[in-house]
Amino acid sequence: MCICAGSGGVGKTTTAAAIAAGMAAEGSKVAVLTIDPAKRLADSLGLPELGNTERQVDPSLFDEAGVESGGGELWAMMLDPKATFDEVVRRHAPDEETRERILSNRIYQQLSSALAGSQEYMAMEKLFEIWAEDRYDLLVLDTPPSRNALDFLDAPRRLTQFIEGRALQVFLRPTGFATKLIGGGTSMAFSVLKRITGIDLLQDLSEFFQAFSGMVGGFQERAKRVNELLADDQTTFLVVCGPQGEPISEAVYFHRKLVEAELPFGGVIVNKVHYDLDEEFPADVGSLSAALEAELGDRDLAERVAANFADYSTLAQRDRRNVRRLANEMRTRAVIEVPYLDDDVHDLAGLAEINRYLFASGASERERIAAGR
Amino acid sequence: MRDLLDKRLVIVTGKGGVGKSTVALALGVAAAERGKRAIVCEVAAQEGLSRVFHRAEVGFHEVEMADNLWAISIDPDESMREYVLLQLKVKAMRDLLFRSRIFNYLAAATPGLRELVTIGKIWELAQPNRKVRGARGYDLVVVDAPATGHGVGFLQTPRTFASIARVGPIRAQAETLDAYLTDHRRTGVAIVALPEEMPVNETATLERALTDEVGTSVDRVYLNGLYPERFAPDDVPKLERGASSEEPGVRPACRAALSQSRRAAGQREQLTRLEELVSAPVRTLPFVFKPQLEIEEVRGLAAEVD
Repeated sequence: MCICAGSGGVGKTTTAAAIAAGMAAEGSKVAVLTIDPAKRLADSLGLPELGNTERQVDPSLFDEAGVESGGGELWAMMLDPKATFDEVVRRHAPDEETRERILSNRIYQQLSSALAGSQEYMAMEKLFEIWAEDRYDLLVLDTPPSRNALDFLDAPRRLTQFIEGRALQVFLRPTGFATKLIGGGTSMAFSVLKRITGIDLLQDLSEFFQAFSGMVGGFQERAKRVNELLADDQTTFLVVCGPQGEPISEAVYFHRKLVEAELPFGGVIVNKVHYDLDEEFPADVGSLSAALEAELGDRDLAERVAANFADYSTLAQRDRRNVRRLANEMRTRAVIEVPYLDDDVHDLAGLAEINRYLFASGASERERIAAGR
Repeated sequence: MRDLLDKRLVIVTGKGGVGKSTVALALGVAAAERGKRAIVCEVAAQEGLSRVFHRAEVGFHEVEMADNLWAISIDPDESMREYVLLQLKVKAMRDLLFRSRIFNYLAAATPGLRELVTIGKIWELAQPNRKVRGARGYDLVVVDAPATGHGVGFLQTPRTFASIARVGPIRAQAETLDAYLTDHRRTGVAIVALPEEMPVNETATLERALTDEVGTSVDRVYLNGLYPERFAPDDVPKLERGASSEEPGVRPACRAALSQSRRAAGQREQLTRLEELVSAPVRTLPFVFKPQLEIEEVRGLAAEVD
């Protein structure tokens, strides 16, 4: 199992899809799961839409893209967190009454997706479910888009903490919150609270929390198994990032957290890198411009080419510095750089192009770049 | 259509990594340069503003970054506290509440509440007569909103709460917030996109979700990071010849030029697609060839955002 993690906008979804397609092309049966509500994976695979169950990517698409399918299968699904949450409730509710109470509660219906960590937790839940069915050689998970890649690692803990939280017991004791609510309330704090929220909202909340209490046991057990799965040596975490300063810093931070949590780190993928096209390019634009003019016989064009190359080199130098910093701080050699391709990646052919870099060894990667893309 | 900078509240949204924070800041700078008192709000701890202005920290206070330009990082816990302070005038009652376990538990666990109080704080900043005692009003509040997906849910929070709480103060306040966000005269939305296939598709989806589901206006789409068109089609054969030259420097420079011309052309196709797919006017922002954006670059973009 392979989990792609990283902050937003670094090409995580595309990377996850590329790895899955690449492994399928090598003959494996692979499923890729994405959580993104923005339907990116469907775009990447040329699928009009993905449901909350896996769907096989049409093998003829591989042929059309000129990619050998190698006897493997590529399956994809887009997680629907709400539908998954409903399934979880159905599974863990101790009885039918509790189940109905939760599913019909208005707070649950409208806001369960806003529950801290619920989206991330549901991704884990679904991943665990598919993993337990054991129908695939490899599962690739694209993690939810979030400002903070760590939300994801934290999710099972936060959700169980929420459910088993000490303060929740306030609601659950016979003399607790609910009784006070119905009995008119003896607590001063409660009457103050009522003033700023309104009584019916408190009632819905109280019901919501109470109904959940019946599921504490099931949830804890499940979260424990999800955590074990994450730490399993058959799982690997790939950190995906971009070459700019901030994504690199976030990747370093995320790697540190993985190590602290004793989770299996597989490597880091840096997308959209501006490679150095030539280590020894002339340092000054003037002499390059002169050489270009001699070659191209067009002064105006030569100046534009030189100016463009100066801009490109600024970015290439920045990227090289940043990737070096990344490798140093992570103390790893497992850094794969994917170049900033001339064409946009949004179909299987594009994913195959990315895979030439993802699956290449360092040396052949360099060779290919040197040979010109 | 009224100008974006003449609104009181402008929400900047879009997919992750497209440069929302930069555009939000550029809008703030542009407003301040026109003599407006403007504030840029970060939501959910980021540090972009602190970095650009070389400040140690932009926290939950309004800090003046430059003439007329203020910044704040909106923390949900602080917003919650402030909300309670404004609701309960009697100190003893507030202390009672802050100490109570029920309150602390509800504040942390109620789904959506953090988003609601964050929007509440944004609304408070946009009021001509501020609720916070002694605080001055702003002419423009610019919000660097959460990314797509989360963004729609975030802006929908007040409406959701208004429908759940049938009566009571939360309902009234949620309705006020929703009415403010969907008031096209006062509140504007700008979506930031990149000139690539998927971000363009997502921008079109986001625009529909914002107009149909949330009910906000979408006033402008910024296509960020557009490459200049440096090379014409008839330069290409010459560049191809140069790309196979043996001359040091010439070959890589011509190869970089060929890449650039392909990308620039691909980006123009995406610009055309974007203009066809969205209803809001599209504005382009140039790619900045710098290792890192500093305040000068942001000022440069400020000249282009409006």
